[in-house]
Amino acid sequence: MHELSLAEHVLGLIEETAEAEGFHRVRKVVLEIGAFAAVEAEAMRFCFDVVARETIAAEAALEIIGIPGTGWCRECRRTVVLSEVFDDCPACGGRDVELRSGRELRLKALEVE
Amino acid sequence: MLRQVQVERDILAKNDAFAAANRLRFEQDGVLALNLVSSPGSGKTSLLVRTIAALQGSVPLAVIEGDQQTSLDAERIRETGARAEQINTGKGCHLDALRVQQALDELAPAPASLLFIENVGNLVCPAGFDLGEAAKVVILSVTEGEDKPLKYPDMFRAARLMLLNKCDLLPHLRFDVAQVIANARRVNPDIAVLQVSAETGEGMDAWLDWLHGELASAVSRREESVTALKKRVAELETQLLSLRASLAE
Repeated sequence: MHELSLAEHVLGLIEETAEAEGFHRVRKVVLEIGAFAAVEAEAMRFCFDVVARETIAAEAALEIIGIPGTGWCRECRRTVVLSEVFDDCPACGGRDVELRSGRELRLKALEVE
Repeated sequence: MLRQVQVERDILAKNDAFAAANRLRFEQDGVLALNLVSSPGSGKTSLLVRTIAALQGSVPLAVIEGDQQTSLDAERIRETGARAEQINTGKGCHLDALRVQQALDELAPAPASLLFIENVGNLVCPAGFDLGEAAKVVILSVTEGEDKPLKYPDMFRAARLMLLNKCDLLPHLRFDVAQVIANARRVNPDIAVLQVSAETGEGMDAWLDWLHGELASAVSRREESVTALKKRVAELETQLLSLRASLAE
């Protein structure tokens, strides 16, 4: 779905970084993708391969670090792992859970030469 | 030689920057921009046509239409007499803030007006792309099933208002209105809900009231910032006068 335009945004950030940092080839791209970011890792890999063709990232390996969805339960006052973004607290059943992670969509790092 | 570069940037940073520029432009002009999102076939365009007919003459408005292909929707909107700009996203499944900025340059919405942005019919992708709108309005038709808010939580979390459309069909369907509202509030406790029918016009008054209320607050926010700016200009002019006076001495 929108992995194609996300891959284009990633490539745009890589090209901007290349200009600022003065590198000509990317060997590795590290992304952080949250469990609730609505992104399929396999679709992302496929799309990135397509958009990176004939660019400085054409030969880059794509590493995707999955970030689990977690929340802070205000009732039992602890951090809990969530399987859905709207989950009640899996520990105490409380409704008041504040999302702490899982929506990440970040270009974390590059390995370049 | 291989080396590591720490980037640590949001993938959507560029879209967010364009969205922020659009938002500033809307706020300065007192334009109420609404991002209308739904699955295909929810009756979004029919609802919009009916809304425009009801508002015509009383509120200046314009429409940005997003579709993968064709300008059919923009043509339907233009038939109402409203100004509309079509964006074809081609391979894209959503509008992005840059395309909206380009459409704004063409449309140049009037100050104190309404701008409807009809997104591509899709309950997944448009949730992640901020366009600079004041609010997302999600349209769900009663032929779609009560579980949609749970299946597509991002969209229902991002929306301020849910319009439950095609309510004229309820007598013919097994559709539990209370359940769909409970599901929507489970993912977004603050979401407002209105039941409407673009076909019969049922519930349209409440939707029009909501629009008038939101537009009035967009316009008053603009007036507040204009008043604040005028006050600042007056202060600076006073300072300038006293500086000139002290120079003349």
